Amino acid sequence: MSSPLYSIRNLTVEYKTRTGPARAVDDISLDIMRGEILGLVGESGCGKSTLGKALMRLHTGPARITAGELWFNDENLMELSSRRMRQLRGSKLGMVFQDPMTSLNPVQRVVDHLTETMLTHEPEWTKKAARERAEELVERLGILPERIDDYPHQMSGGMRQRVMISLAIALNCDLVIADEPTTSLDVIVEAKFLDLLKELQRDFNLTILLITHNIGVVAEVADRVAVMYAGKLAEVGDTFEVFAAPQHPYTQGLLRSVPNIKLDGAELYKMEGTPPNLLHPPSGCRFHPRCPNVMDICSVQEPGFDPLHPGDPHRVACWLYEEQPVKVVGDV
Amino acid sequence: MSDAMIEATGVTGGPAPDGDALVQVRGLVKHFPLQSGFLASLLNRGEVPAVQAVDGIDFDIRRGEVFGLAGESGSGKSTVGRLILNLLEPTAGRVSFDGVDLSTLSAGDMRRLRSRMQVIFQDPLASLNPRMTIGETIAHPSEIHQPELSAAERRRVVFEMLDAVGMSPPDNFADKYPHQISGGQRQRVVIARALVTRPDLIVADEPIAMADVSVRALLLDLMMRLKDEFDLTYLFITHDLATAKYVCDRIAVMYLGKIVEVGPLTSVYRGPLHPYTEALLDAVPVPDPLHRRTEPLPRGEIPNPINPPPGCRFHPRCPIAVAGVCDAEEPYLAGPNSDEGHLAACHLRTGAHQDLDSARFRPA
Repeated sequence: MSSPLYSIRNLTVEYKTRTGPARAVDDISLDIMRGEILGLVGESGCGKSTLGKALMRLHTGPARITAGELWFNDENLMELSSRRMRQLRGSKLGMVFQDPMTSLNPVQRVVDHLTETMLTHEPEWTKKAARERAEELVERLGILPERIDDYPHQMSGGMRQRVMISLAIALNCDLVIADEPTTSLDVIVEAKFLDLLKELQRDFNLTILLITHNIGVVAEVADRVAVMYAGKLAEVGDTFEVFAAPQHPYTQGLLRSVPNIKLDGAELYKMEGTPPNLLHPPSGCRFHPRCPNVMDICSVQEPGFDPLHPGDPHRVACWLYEEQPVKVVGDV
Repeated sequence: MSDAMIEATGVTGGPAPDGDALVQVRGLVKHFPLQSGFLASLLNRGEVPAVQAVDGIDFDIRRGEVFGLAGESGSGKSTVGRLILNLLEPTAGRVSFDGVDLSTLSAGDMRRLRSRMQVIFQDPLASLNPRMTIGETIAHPSEIHQPELSAAERRRVVFEMLDAVGMSPPDNFADKYPHQISGGQRQRVVIARALVTRPDLIVADEPIAMADVSVRALLLDLMMRLKDEFDLTYLFITHDLATAKYVCDRIAVMYLGKIVEVGPLTSVYRGPLHPYTEALLDAVPVPDPLHRRTEPLPRGEIPNPINPPPGCRFHPRCPIAVAGVCDAEEPYLAGPNSDEGHLAACHLRTGAHQDLDSARFRPA
């Protein structure tokens, strides 16, 4: 877990709307380290799924990357042709979506999904070889090999999600972006799927970006966690550190508002207000209207996204930990 | 700070007041017959296979308590909610509300009784008519159940309700449409609409599942405040056992159409008796990276409710199942602490074969 596999630099993604552009991802820089599970958490509308799609340049329609670089294996994906990009998707970059039923083709057998992916990227393989590899793969993920002749509707939700991940890793890809992969699953199936993700990380040295709103899921599997709020990163750090000592007031509130089944007599924190409209985000720090520690400067100037201590991988975007520029405070 | 928090029932919340039952469910069964063609019905000699969504359950909901009904998808928990509201007709068994057997009521009597039982569903956007303003939406039940009110009086009732659910000032919201407000506010409108007729019982079917993490705590807090303010009884249907912990007084866990365990929440969570409850409680993701699961996850997945396994329905997945016992006979709800009302349906833990469980797992 030393070198970055994927480096996001100053990425901005905008949605064109009738009332102006909405910045769902606003100047975000983040490294995904080789072999790690990075949890990206945030509430709905914070831009986490937009970010996930942009990493594969899968954003469509009104969404547009207006700035930034996406470095993956020494290539800036922003400069690649759509043909080269298509080669990378499926072979080096895999994606798993929330709802496996709408991501799989209902009139195609599972085996056809898998062999199509393989033969598209490896045209010299025979159909027979692809089928054998498909059988091996699903068996590795805990599905009986003969079930690959089933259609998606003949499988349970948990099995369908395993098929999705088998598609993502069919060609030994380096990075899997999993967007809410367990949200449609029941807790026991979810727990099994999370165990599977950890196994794949260990056995295949897979790197996973796990996008979720579920704090418990992140705590269970992620090595590092990135917290997103209103298109910005609020905090990034080692999972143990962030959970033990969250620094950003939003992270603090978020962690305290999650029900914990193992805690007796605990109290749920009620965060006031709702996330802002991205068409008209608040000035300065976007969390300042809801922040219990708000200071004068917070509404005036945006905080930098800086290490907590010099050289610390734990980064936070909050004025509480930054030296304030004196003249701005004077103006307030 | 304490004002900004709600308490978990884990320690401070007392047991439900031992009062009379508002809802009694006895031997409740709901089978949904599968559609089958002419030829199939000939071959089956008229016996139509059915999804056994709810298959013989009993419980009481006491006045003033929050009764949780938990289970995974397909366990039948939502069907039970609909049966209690008489939105579905039971295949067998009965539901009594305040001592009245719902199956004996005429359509008119049932309609009148409906004002005393209301429902909140998971998706507020789907529960609200997009072409009705918030004010019209909340006024609607009142028009049906309180036709005697004048327009001005009705407006006042609507404003009162908006105030009660924390949407103030009400005239800011009454003329808005559902798409103009946030998801959390929409669910508040659904709650306000449920309260207009001053019901006794609210069936809340996954009421916060669609809400964002930071909004959930506020909605739960609101529901608990309204419970005191309006003397409500809740049936809280959820798949989320962590949330249930913060609101429920008692809880029933369902698996494949059966209740496998029921009891006071603290007692069930601290000492689950049924292996399924154990597994379910252990599988819940915990927001603490230091926490590790202790129980092995059950094998396989939930079987098909058209052909549930014989005997105990959990036996094919159960880590302690004993052949010849668990697959032979159906267990019934019983318990060592039955005076507390903590019951489970397990041959090995609460049934006649407890010696088998102790022989296997607690060798002398």
